[in-house]
This record gives sequence, structure tokens and C-alpha cells, in this order.
Amino acid sequence: MNSSAPNFFVRLALAFQVFFRVLFNAVFAERVQRLGPGAAIIEPRASVPAPVTPSAPPLRELPSQSALQLLGLLQREGRFVDFLQEDVSGYTDAQIGAAARVVHDQCRKALLSHVTLEPIRSENEGQRITLPPGFPAGEIRLTGQVSGQPPFTGALTHAGWRAAKIELPKLSDGHDVRVIAPAEVEL
Amino acid sequence: MISQLYAVGIDLGTTHCAMASLELELQANGVAAAEAPKPVVVPVPQVIAPGEVETRSLLPSFLYIPHASELPPHALALPWPDHPTEFAVGEVARALGVKSALRLVSSAKSWLCSAGVDRRAPILPAAASGDVPKLSPRDASVRYLEHLRHAWDHAHPEAPIAEQIVTLAVPASFDPAARELTAEAARLAGLGHAVLLEEPQSALYSWLSTSGEQFREQVKSGDMILVVDVGGGTADFSVIAVREDAGELALERVAVGEHILLGGDNMDLALAHMLKGQLEQQGHVLDPVQLATLTQAARAAKEELLGKNDVSVVPVVIPGRGSKLIGGSLKVELTRSDLERVLLDGFFPSAAADSRPQARSRAGLTQLGLPYAHDPAMTRHLAAFLSKHAAAFGEEPEADGSPTIGHPTAILFNGGVFKSSLLRERVLVSLNGWLEAAGAEPVRVLQGEDLDLGVAKGAAYYGYVRAGHGIRIRGGTAMAYYVGVESAMPAVPGLPPPLTAVCLAPFGLEEGSHADMPAAEFGLVVGEPVRFRFFGSSTRRDDQAGTALDFWEPEELLPLQDIEVTLSAEQHSPGETVIVRLQAGVTEVGTLQLEAVARSSGERWKVEFDTRDNSP
Repeated sequence: MNSSAPNFFVRLALAFQVFFRVLFNAVFAERVQRLGPGAAIIEPRASVPAPVTPSAPPLRELPSQSALQLLGLLQREGRFVDFLQEDVSGYTDAQIGAAARVVHDQCRKALLSHVTLEPIRSENEGQRITLPPGFPAGEIRLTGQVSGQPPFTGALTHAGWRAAKIELPKLSDGHDVRVIAPAEVEL
Repeated sequence: MISQLYAVGIDLGTTHCAMASLELELQANGVAAAEAPKPVVVPVPQVIAPGEVETRSLLPSFLYIPHASELPPHALALPWPDHPTEFAVGEVARALGVKSALRLVSSAKSWLCSAGVDRRAPILPAAASGDVPKLSPRDASVRYLEHLRHAWDHAHPEAPIAEQIVTLAVPASFDPAARELTAEAARLAGLGHAVLLEEPQSALYSWLSTSGEQFREQVKSGDMILVVDVGGGTADFSVIAVREDAGELALERVAVGEHILLGGDNMDLALAHMLKGQLEQQGHVLDPVQLATLTQAARAAKEELLGKNDVSVVPVVIPGRGSKLIGGSLKVELTRSDLERVLLDGFFPSAAADSRPQARSRAGLTQLGLPYAHDPAMTRHLAAFLSKHAAAFGEEPEADGSPTIGHPTAILFNGGVFKSSLLRERVLVSLNGWLEAAGAEPVRVLQGEDLDLGVAKGAAYYGYVRAGHGIRIRGGTAMAYYVGVESAMPAVPGLPPPLTAVCLAPFGLEEGSHADMPAAEFGLVVGEPVRFRFFGSSTRRDDQAGTALDFWEPEELLPLQDIEVTLSAEQHSPGETVIVRLQAGVTEVGTLQLEAVARSSGERWKVEFDTRDNSP
């Protein structure tokens, strides 16, 4: 188990993962959205495991404006969408690496200036931790030999991320967030 | 009864503006708080991209004039109601201007003190052609200040900025005309009675505000504090003496450097041009947008190399402009040896104490016709400054006439450039080398806290000082001022009549005071504009108003813009000759005021600084 912080490509992969979960997983997105915008909201831990009710839980679809706005922001600052949309199969690793450096550098700046990220667990990855009964299942994912009753003891493979605060630019009337990048015409 | 009042400080920078404030409690019993309040930065909401508003601590000093069909409606909406639609300032202006430079106003502040142009005439954007509406350097400054006024008033509806104690920082090296244009811009922007403060003094006030009472342990009587302020577009040197006055420490600004139009942006531009050359050798031709991207990438690479000593090379990538990011990207590398050659050896070379700026122009530093400094070497400019002002340090000239330099005992760095410890180190190595050779102690470094926002914070703190708290830096005018009087002796054919320079204002004339009126008299014809030649000297510290110079060394007296007066015909008939004398004063705002005073009636007329193109 590697105890250092995840390297760039792991983080890149994670960023994409989280991004698409927000985009396509309404429940996950709703939890992210509840965090902002504005003041940092620390969810009371005890209330996090959603009470399982026998009736079918209502599913909601969240408005997609914020997701589109974030996508537009990452594109503007770091060419995020261009990077994902490009067919990379014909390029060498060096070419992709050079472009990834720009995308990583600029997207990271944009992300960090709008979203305050903090690890869910402060322990080092690789460290063994014990989860008491009633641990927040929404924040901690059990993997491997999941059996028996808590407390569970296991190795922390990923410290998790929580968006402690998200603050996106305010939008003017009639601003169309579906335009991720305007077409450019040079006169 | 306690009423709220704020001291507001504004840094109207060449590349960025910032605003800071501190709350003053006006108490009926006049008791000051035991602990000086600390200035805080006032964040500025601004459009960052069409239709998007964000609040940031810096407002980029750029103005963009969009084409009528360029942006969707409401794209420039701001949190306050009467926002302009015909232009935009701040981040969105900078960003749009990268792609359409024709419509971008930048470096308005540098134009404000540029003698070659009419600074109240619509000449910007300098690159504009055709149907782009233009505005004057002064009006561009008005727009930035108006934006800051709205940002303040929006956040403090109960305390409009026009009713606060507002201080506006200007370069110490600004000439009287540029100072007056700045004060005028503040008035037009609705900032009320904003007063002017020299930026290096502002940086020292910021240091004083963070040091609190501790400052007495860090400086002592006899100290000479050198302030080296290198911003985005200008470099400014000042010396502030620490003295003891009736048992109390007193601060006095004793010397100010010349206007050096050179800053961090020129350094990034020089790096970008070096990299552009490498790309051209690979057969790539860059368009202006790619050059702007390269400059930004070069700055990031520079910061990485300056910050990490173990890194020897940083790749610099310009992504393709189309949606093909990887396919269209260009790559070069910024190596440590190139960085050292361009940045350290170019801008901060190790220099001898008697070295002087070299008068040769360099490619890659100039743009848009501004008179950028010819020699980029900050260290040589510093050596010249310390030598020119040796007398201000109390140094006697050497008997054999060899140059001496002033001996600062402490140094305060200001400006984003000095976030790099390597660049601070470069200045210190040269400076301490000169001091060691002269048998003097090395300088102590005063730890400034905020290199980017110190000027705004210090300007806010100055409002607190003006309200009667803390310690005040005495200074007054940074130059003595002279009017040129043509001698009455018969003209020699083919030669201009000899000129006498009559001192109107001595060095260090304080705000709110008048100089004595020199005896020189002029017969002026009512209704006809009359121009006088006008000079400034930062080294003739002992001339009093009325001192007449028949001869001076070329470097002693700096020719400034002409001054001009037209006697209005209120109590006179046009064509009548009125005998006047000239008197100088410094307004409470901090601008130099020249008046023509009629000998017989005592009537006064304002003498204007000519801010138009002086070329005949």
C-alpha cells in the first residue's frame, strides 16, 4: 500500500470520476450541492446514514446549471472539455503529457479557487483504522471481505474527498450555461 | 456618541488595482484605541467572463471596449445597478483583450505620466483603429476608480466612500502633472477628497501597521530605510530617514528616485520573447494570442524555477487555439540557465557601485510606444539612485571627486516581483557588496507582510495616521521646482537667450502650505496664454523659493512639462498687461499648485501644467 498522496494520474482519474458522478448520479450530486454555494456546511455525522425506509425512496433530478457552469469554468481556464473530447489514440505519451500538464495546472487552479476540498479521513493512506458501529456509510465505502459486525478494522486505501465549500461565479440574466465554450471567429 | 468612519486606501496600479480599509472609531472623548487597527483588503466584484461575476482581491487595470454586437445583453452586469455597458474593466477586460488587443486599454497609468502625449485626449487604446471609441489616459483611470467606488458603496451602503477618508497611492516619481491628473481622476470618479500618498511610503506604512509598537525595536534613530518597490509596470526607490525628535522617533522621506517604467510584466515579456525565438527556430510562427498565452505560461514556469531550487528545467506548452488541444500544441522548455541569463543577468545583474544604467534599447521590452526604461538592470538603477542621492544620506563627496553612494541601513522590499527570495537575494548581494566596499554594515531586511497588497493596506493605514494616530512620515514635495526665466540681456543672433531658473517651491514643501513668493515679475497680456519652461530637481535640497540659478549641471535640473497661464479678463480689458509674480503651494490633496498673483491687486490665476504633447 502506498502511503503517499495519490500521484497526478490517480488524481486526474479521480477528478474525472467525481466529475461524472456529479453529472450522472443525482444522489451524489445532491449531496455535493447541499454543501454550497456559500457557507461551509458540515453535515452532522450522525444523520448521514440515510434511514432506510420500507417505502421506495423518492428519486430526484437536480437542475444541471451548476454542473454546466463548473464544466464551462474548467474549459475556460484549463481547456478541460477540449482535452476530453480529443481523440488521443494518435498521439505519443509525450504529446499527451505536455497537454495534460497545461490542463492539470490550469484546471487545478480553477478547481481550487472555487471548491475547497478536504480529505474525509485525516489518516495516511495505508494506515489501519477502526470504524465504530454507526460509522457514516455515505462517507466511508467498505471494500474487500465485508462481513461480520462493526467495529470494522481495515486499511485506509483512499482518504476520500469532501467539498467543504463551493463558490461559483454569479451569473447575469440570460447567461446560457449550456455554452461550455463559445465558437471563435477571428476577423 | 460613536459614529463609524473608514480609512480607505487605494492602489491604482499599472497592472492591478487594490483597495483596503480600516474602521476608525470616532469617539466623543477622543480616546484612541490602545491597539492600532489592521487594514483589511476590500474584495472587488468584477465581471470575469461575459455573464459571470466573481469577487477578487485584485482588479486588473485593464479596460475593454466591446463592439456593439460582440457580447450578449447583460453580459457586463454587475451587482450594482448603473453598471456601464459600453466598456468593461477588470478580469473580463484583460481576458477579452488577449484575443482582441485593438479594443484593450492597458497601462493607463504609464500613459498618465508620459510627457509625449496629451493625457486628457482620447488616445487609448493605443492600438485601436477605425470605429473603436477611444478615451484618455485620465478617463481610463476614472473608470477604474469608479468601479472601486461602486464596489465599496455596494458593500457599505451606510458609509459611501465619498464620505470616508480616502488615500490614493501614486508612484513617488510621478511629476506634478501626473499627480494632478490622478487627483482629478479621483474627483471625477466621485471619491470625494482623496489625498495622494507616495507608494513606497505606503509600503512603509503597511510595514508600520503590521509591526505595531514593535517597530521601535526594529529601527532606531539614524537608520536610513531604503524602500525598493517593483510593481507590474514601474520601479520606484525611496529613502526614509529615522530620526529622533524630542525623544520620539520621527520618520522623514528624504529621497525619491526617477520614474523607471519597468516592472514584473517586462520580465515576463522578456522571457516570453526569448522562448518565442526558440519556437521560431523550430519553424513555428506565433500569433498575438499565442504570444499572450506564452507570456502567461512563461510566468508560471518562472515562478516554478524561482520557487524550487532543485528544478533545472520546466516545460512551457502553448495549447492549440482550436478545439484540438493536443494536436495543435507547441512545446518549449525554460531552463534555469536561460532564466538566469534573461531575468537575473538581464534585470538583476551584479553591478558595481559606480555602474550606471546604460542607454541602449532592448528588443522585447517595449510595446505601444511607451518610453520604457532603456536599461532593464534594476541593480544599476539602484546604484545610480544611491549615488545621486548620497547627500540625502549625509555622505560627503570624496575629495578626489570619485563617486560615493548613500549607505542605507535597512531595506524594505515591495511589489509582487520580490515574492521570489532569489530576486531579493540578488538585490541584497549587490547592495551589501557596495556597502562592504565602503566600510559600512550590510542592510537589515524589514519583513514586509504583503508584497501585492501592501500599498493598498498602507494607504488605508495612512488615513488612520491622518486622523491623528500612529507615526507620520514627513516628506512634502519630492523635488524643488523652478520656472525658466529668459534673461533680459540682449539676444545673440542664432543663440537662444540665456535662461535663469528661479526656484518656486523648495524641496520638502508640505501639504497645505505655500512657498514664499519669488521677486521675479512677469508682464502678462490679459487673454493671451503664456507658457513658461518648468524644471524639477530631486537633488538641490537647499534652494529656497526665489533662489535664481544661472547655471546648473544637466542632471541637476530635470525639464518637466511646460506650465501655462491665461489671465482671464474679469477685471481687466483684453490686451492689457498685468504685472504678476508666481507662487507655489501644495494642496491638502497633495498636488502642486502654481498661481500667478497680480502685483497691484493681489488677484490670483491658476497656472496649469501642460499635459498636452509638448513637441513643437
